Amino acid sequence: MPILEVEDLSISFKQYTSKWQQETLTVISGLDVVLEEGEILAVVGASGSGKSLLAHAILGILPGNAIQSGTIKYKGETLTSARQEELRGSEISLIPQSVNYLDPLMRVGKQVRASAKSGDPVTLQRDVFEQLHLQEGVENLYPFQLSGGMARRTLLSTAMVSGAKVIIADEPTPGLDPVVIKEALKNFRAFADQGCAVMLITHDIESALTIADKIAVFYAGTTMEIAPVENFKGKGEALRHPYSKALWNALPQNGFTPIPGSQPQSNALPPGCLFAPRCPIATPACGEARPEMRELRDGKVRCIHED
Amino acid sequence: MKIEAKNLGFRYDGYPWLFRNVDLTIQPGEIVGLKAPSGYGKTSLCKILAGYEKPVEGEVLLNGEPINSKGFHPVQLIFQHPEKAVNPRWKMDKVLNEGWRPDQSLLDLLGIEKEWMTRWPNELSGGELQRFCVARALGPDTKFLIADEMTTMLDAITQAQIWHAVLEIVRERNMGMIVVSHEEKLVQRLCHRVINLDEITSRM
Ligand SMILES: Nc1ncnc2c1ncn2[C@@H]1O[C@H](COP(=O)(O)OP(=O)(O)OP(=O)(O)O)[C@@H](O)[C@H]1O
Ligand code: SF4
Ligand SMILES: [Mg+2]
Repeated sequence: MPILEVEDLSISFKQYTSKWQQETLTVISGLDVVLEEGEILAVVGASGSGKSLLAHAILGILPGNAIQSGTIKYKGETLTSARQEELRGSEISLIPQSVNYLDPLMRVGKQVRASAKSGDPVTLQRDVFEQLHLQEGVENLYPFQLSGGMARRTLLSTAMVSGAKVIIADEPTPGLDPVVIKEALKNFRAFADQGCAVMLITHDIESALTIADKIAVFYAGTTMEIAPVENFKGKGEALRHPYSKALWNALPQNGFTPIPGSQPQSNALPPGCLFAPRCPIATPACGEARPEMRELRDGKVRCIHED
Repeated sequence: MKIEAKNLGFRYDGYPWLFRNVDLTIQPGEIVGLKAPSGYGKTSLCKILAGYEKPVEGEVLLNGEPINSKGFHPVQLIFQHPEKAVNPRWKMDKVLNEGWRPDQSLLDLLGIEKEWMTRWPNELSGGELQRFCVARALGPDTKFLIADEMTTMLDAITQAQIWHAVLEIVRERNMGMIVVSHEEKLVQRLCHRVINLDEITSRM
C-alpha cells in the first residue's frame, strides 16, 4: 500500500534579474514518486536536482516565495498545508541535510527528548544515543561542541524517537564512520520492517544498496529512473537510463569517470529530454518533447530510446 | 611546500586529550589520506594544521619554519559542512571573492554558474555551495590543501569532476594535500598513502 504519493509535482521560484525583470526558475517539474509501506526508497542523483526541495515540499516547509503545483498524498489523503503542519514531526519526520537545523541554545539531549511523542523521553533518547555510539556526556553538550558526525547523529536521533510513520532522511550519513553508518541504516531497516517507510536521500549509493528496496534517480528536477536495487551492479548494464549509468560509473570503485558538462540551469531548461545536452546516445528526436515516464523491466524510465 | 607536525597534542579546555605526540611529515606533491574513527579529532587536527586552532602542545612547520600568523594562510582547509563555512548574510559573489578573485577557467572547471552569484547561500543546494568553498580555497598563495570530507555532499559525477579538477591544480602547482574521508574507495583512488590517526597517537 502506498503511504506517500507525489504526483506531477512542480516547484518554481520567481527571481528578479534586475529591478523590473523577473524570471522563473523551475527547479522541480513533473515529478512522480511513490513510497510504499514497509519500504525504503533511496533517492540519489545530481546535486541540485531538487532532492531536498522534494523533502521540504512533502513536509510543507518550502520557503514563502516558492510556487508549487501537483499533489502530495499521505495514506491516500491529499495534503493541505494545515494537514502538513499536523503531520510534521508526528507522523512524518524529517532528518534535515543542514546541521544548522539544530537549536544552538539547547543542550542536544533535551532537543532529542522534546521530539519524543510517546514513552519515556529520557530512556528513548539514551537508547538511541547508545545505538548510534554517542557517549553518555554528549547529551549535555550544545551543538557548537559537537563534531560534524556527532551533530548528524543528533539529527538522526531526533527522528528515531519521534514515533513517526514516515522518515524522510536528507543525507543522514555523510562524514559518519562505517560502523555508525551501518547502525543508522540498520535502524532504518528495522523501522521500515514495522510497516513504516523511509525515503533515504543520499549520495552514498553503495550504502543505500545495502538496505533500500528501490532507487529513484533524480536529474534536473525530476525522476529519470526508478529501479530495484539489484540493477546497480557491474557496469550498470541492467540500468535503464543513460544518466543512471553515468552516475554509477563515476563512483570511485567503478571507474571514477565523469561525463563532461553540467546539469541544465533552472532558468534555461532544454525543451526536450533534460539529459539530452549530455547524453551519449541522444538523437534529434530527443530534443522534441519531454519523454514521459514509462514502465520497463519492473522499473520505470524517462527515455525514448532505452528498451 | 613541506608540512610537518611535531609532537602535536590537543584538548579542549577541561576535556581529556584528543591526541598527543602526533608527528607527521608531508612532502610537496604528496596526497595523503587521514583516517580515524568518528570523534577522534581528525577535524581538530586539520584545523590546527590550517591555523584555525592553536595546538596545546607541539608545533606546525612549513618548510621548516613556524607559520606566520598574519596575512593569508598558505594551508587552506575545506570543511565538511559548506553551510557553516560561508557568511549567511553575504551574497555568493562576495563569498567567492572574499580572499581572491578566481578566474573564469577555475569557475568552469568547478562548474560554478554565473547565475548563482546573485543568490544567498541558503538559496543554493549543499553541493552547489561546496563548489564555492573549493574555489575560494584554491587561491594562488595556497600551498597546501586539506579536504575534510570535501565531496561527501556531492553526487558521484560532480565528485569525480571536482576531484579531477583539484588533482590537476594540485599536480600543476606541486601542492601537498590531506584527504579526510570515510569513503575507503575514494581514498584508495586519490591517495599515495594513508595515515591512521589512531595508530600514530596516544590519548594519555
Ligand atoms: N530558495 C531558493 N530560491 C531559488 N532557488 C533555489 C532555492 N532553494 C533551492 N534552489 C535551487 O533549487 C535546486 C534544487 O535544490 P535542492 O536543495 O533541492 O537540491 P538537492 O538535490 O538537494 O542537492 P544536493 O544534493 O546538493 O543537496 C538547486 O538548483 C537550487 O539552487
Ligand atoms: S531521451 Fe534521448 S537524450 Fe534523453 S536520455 Fe534517452 S537517449 Fe538520452
Ligand atoms: Mg540536498
